[in-house]
Amino acid sequence: MPGKTVIEKIFTNHSKEDISPGKIVWIDLDVVTARDFGGPNVVKNFHKNYEGQSVFDQSKVFFTFDLTVPPKTIQYANNQMICRKFAKEKGVKVFDIDKGIGTHTLIENGLVPSGSIVVGTDSHMNILGAVNSFGQGMGDVDIAFGFRYGRTWFEVPETVKVKIKGNSSYDYSAKDLVIKALSILRTDKILGKAVEFYGDPIEKLDLPERITFLSMITEMGGIVGFIPFNNNTENEIKKMSGLDNIVPEIKADGDASYSEIIDLDISDIESMVSAPPYPHNGMKVSDLEKVNVDFGFVGSCTNGRIEDILKVWTILKGKKIKEGVQLSIVPATIEVYKQAFEKGILKDLLDAGAIIANPGCGGCAQGHIGMTGKGEVMVSTGNRNFPGKQGDGFNYLTSPEVVAFSVLNGFISDREF
Amino acid sequence: MTDFKVKGKVWLITDNNGELINDIDTDQIFHNQFLHITEISEMGEHTFGNLEGWENFPEKCNPGDIVFAGSNFGAGSSRQQAVDCFEALGIKAIVAESYGAIYKRNAINSGFPILIFQQINNFVKDDAIKNLDEIEIDFLAGELKNISSGKIFKINPFSKVQKDIMEKGSLLTI
Repeated sequence: MPGKTVIEKIFTNHSKEDISPGKIVWIDLDVVTARDFGGPNVVKNFHKNYEGQSVFDQSKVFFTFDLTVPPKTIQYANNQMICRKFAKEKGVKVFDIDKGIGTHTLIENGLVPSGSIVVGTDSHMNILGAVNSFGQGMGDVDIAFGFRYGRTWFEVPETVKVKIKGNSSYDYSAKDLVIKALSILRTDKILGKAVEFYGDPIEKLDLPERITFLSMITEMGGIVGFIPFNNNTENEIKKMSGLDNIVPEIKADGDASYSEIIDLDISDIESMVSAPPYPHNGMKVSDLEKVNVDFGFVGSCTNGRIEDILKVWTILKGKKIKEGVQLSIVPATIEVYKQAFEKGILKDLLDAGAIIANPGCGGCAQGHIGMTGKGEVMVSTGNRNFPGKQGDGFNYLTSPEVVAFSVLNGFISDREF
Repeated sequence: MTDFKVKGKVWLITDNNGELINDIDTDQIFHNQFLHITEISEMGEHTFGNLEGWENFPEKCNPGDIVFAGSNFGAGSSRQQAVDCFEALGIKAIVAESYGAIYKRNAINSGFPILIFQQINNFVKDDAIKNLDEIEIDFLAGELKNISSGKIFKINPFSKVQKDIMEKGSLLTI
């Protein structure tokens, strides 16, 4: 028997069947969630197929409202009401419209110990790879079944090993690193696969940076990514999750088998952007012609932690963003919002001209905190720049630092001019 | 008895160069501004509403038609609407080089036939399959026949789980 990869070990711990890549197996789920977009149809499917029946475990099923929070139309208000009513009937908890992004909220509430399997109506559920767990986004049919039975089928994905190497003296961020990786891996190299990342440039990342990097596995078409813990990771997870004791890290066996090993050289990395219309359309800021910007956005499940907002504050405190340019900041969760408040950085950001919104997915979901008009340019710390995603304009994905400098200068840039 | 065969007219979802479009994201299939919609029957009219050049697809297509696309079809979000909207239009199957991982699950679990046709774009470029050609697909045998030209192509047959779920209607009724 060859050794197992991280995903194969997590699956093995949740299944009675032998786990090998390509095989379809039934897996037990630790947590099943629905959001305010998929949620109403999860409820509808549940009522239609399981009328009068209970959820599999009230302590493992949650709603996390993070998309249109508070609801901006009557239809969204009605949809959230449908979910709350169902939650009350079935005795399950709702992380309501005040709480922020569901995946981050689950981590902060200690609901994702190492090695967990969590599914929900969120395609970036795989950020849970950062806490050594398997998160998988699913549609409302899948989740309704999960609510009822606490299990589902998976085709065991093959695992690709990606070794990141290359010395760079450039002071690059985790977002630069993931855009660089995305520009090389694109959407075909790891499509439908799990990935284990190794190498100093990635293993040195702290927990928020791991979240940034691993959130964009989705944009590479991958299932989930894992990074071995460094000396601080365990303490960082304890701090973010409030868990005193965490389950030991699940590590790949030395003789695990990989479908492919990819060497990824990042030695020419600099400040990066993903130019529209694709996240994998990565390029260096220094290679861009001058691109004037109209909007800046800092937030999302990719860059919505306090560390991201602090980077923006460091650049903008005591300054004013360019006249005519707008900046929205959306903390990932209410905890992040409180941290920003306690650190006393909000006034500086407001003085600089920023709009601070309530926590959630607002920047990406349905233009809840603003969209671009036709032809306008947004610099965004989000993870998707497909046409129409954040308005009718052009959306450049980048780091919090580049967003801050860009709204200061009025054009895409990675330093003050 | 579930019928694991389908016959219909082809819609090649192509760009200006006549190539099948890759990486079509769920926001291009079913834009997030309509995610409040929960009735499947109301979803059809928004299909491809944010895909340049294909905004009027719902008016052009007919029930029974089959959609062809490039690689990584349905990349992006977990929204079921991006599958259900085709069901609402009466589209009988989607054929693509590959699918976004969540999209693939969502289609399989709702019993909607999606098929993998490797090198699909080469056949389209060679005009072996043209827009509005009449084709027949055998899901279990993994065979796609162009009735208009008589040519037969090998495609990936249904996986076992795909067959089992479609036979029962959906994951919810197994």
